[in-house]
Amino acid sequence: MMPAARTAKSQSLVSCGVCHLLVRKLPGSPEPPGRCPRCGAALHSRKPHSIARTWALVIAALLFYVPANVLPITKVSSLGVVQLDTILSGVIYFIHSGMWPIAVVIFIASIFVPLLKLLILILLLVSVQRRLRWRPKDRTRLYRITEAIGRWSMVDIFVVTILVALVHLGALANIEAQAGAAFFAAVVVITIFAAMSFDPRLIWDAKESDDEPEHTT
Amino acid sequence: MSTRHLMACHDCDLLHRMPAVPDGMTATCGRCGALLAKPKRNGLERSLALAVAGLVLFVLANSFPFLGFKVQGQVRETLLLTGIWELHLQGMPQVALLVFVTTVLAPLAQLLALVYILLPLRRDRAAPGMFQVFRWLRSIAPWSMTEVFMLGILVSVVKLAKMAQIIPGTAAFCFMALIFVLAACMSSLDPHEIWGRWEGPR
Repeated sequence: MMPAARTAKSQSLVSCGVCHLLVRKLPGSPEPPGRCPRCGAALHSRKPHSIARTWALVIAALLFYVPANVLPITKVSSLGVVQLDTILSGVIYFIHSGMWPIAVVIFIASIFVPLLKLLILILLLVSVQRRLRWRPKDRTRLYRITEAIGRWSMVDIFVVTILVALVHLGALANIEAQAGAAFFAAVVVITIFAAMSFDPRLIWDAKESDDEPEHTT
Repeated sequence: MSTRHLMACHDCDLLHRMPAVPDGMTATCGRCGALLAKPKRNGLERSLALAVAGLVLFVLANSFPFLGFKVQGQVRETLLLTGIWELHLQGMPQVALLVFVTTVLAPLAQLLALVYILLPLRRDRAAPGMFQVFRWLRSIAPWSMTEVFMLGILVSVVKLAKMAQIIPGTAAFCFMALIFVLAACMSSLDPHEIWGRWEGPR
């Protein structure tokens, strides 16, 4: 195994979040100089209030997830016939019309990914709060996945945008966006912010405090 | 202990003594596997050239017809901005704004910021407020979603294929090229090279 890991924090150094310059904390001061001397970004050893902020955003996203999936996202009117579609009914429509690759794409991007992201973030939050030392490398990898996949949930919003632009033929055929789209957009944006506010270094902090006696103050 | 050649992993905070990483190689964190540095040969020049190409493609992608829709003899041509405007008219300004930011504003801001930083840096000069702009660039990047929009186009085309004929316009091809140019542009940029140039011979 590795010897006691030397982290920036254990050496009284702070890594600038933007330009990665290492800045030394002043002796006796718990906080480093407020801003990075090279790029001027605010310096924090860990993202401020990471856990509370991430929890708040995760809970907000979970609340919005319900109307996003229950309310219709589009209204299709064709020759007097009006049809309201939710995300799920869109997926079912694709399965019925034999376009299962598209059904899979929409299901993964719109239903599976947001939920997976929220579950991973909850797992990470709980494990960090309980100071678990369980598989930190895998948990960091989970965090990186969460960060990378969130944007793909926007697919459905973009599809609605394109349909609304193209299918605009008066009485013949018309597609309008509905409230579900706004809630779904909110879920995507909030989960992206939630992933940004979580600090993966917290996963490793539990390990360090066990490996070596705390020698900060 | 001098911090000159030290670097902390942004994902797990482990300190690394950073050797000069040769071009084309990648340095990853020994503990958590995060990517620490990935310098490319002429990365700065390459990135600048791609950003300029990206700006040209951006202008084309926003001025020519994007997608055409042909049904029963009627043809409707749309711009990239048409859908955003329609969403706004249908009482969805928040969604319209989000789509505008992710497909138009963020990619444009990204390209402009890169040109602003890199052009003077080629002659070893720092643009005024370069670091501020670099900070913006870092926070804009996650909101630039051109590649996701492309997937949205594919899904829409398949969805409408039974109903009508979809004709991709000039702008659609430019947009597709823009995706690759933007991705290549961002991946050839190694921030450490910027700092290196800025600190110069000191």
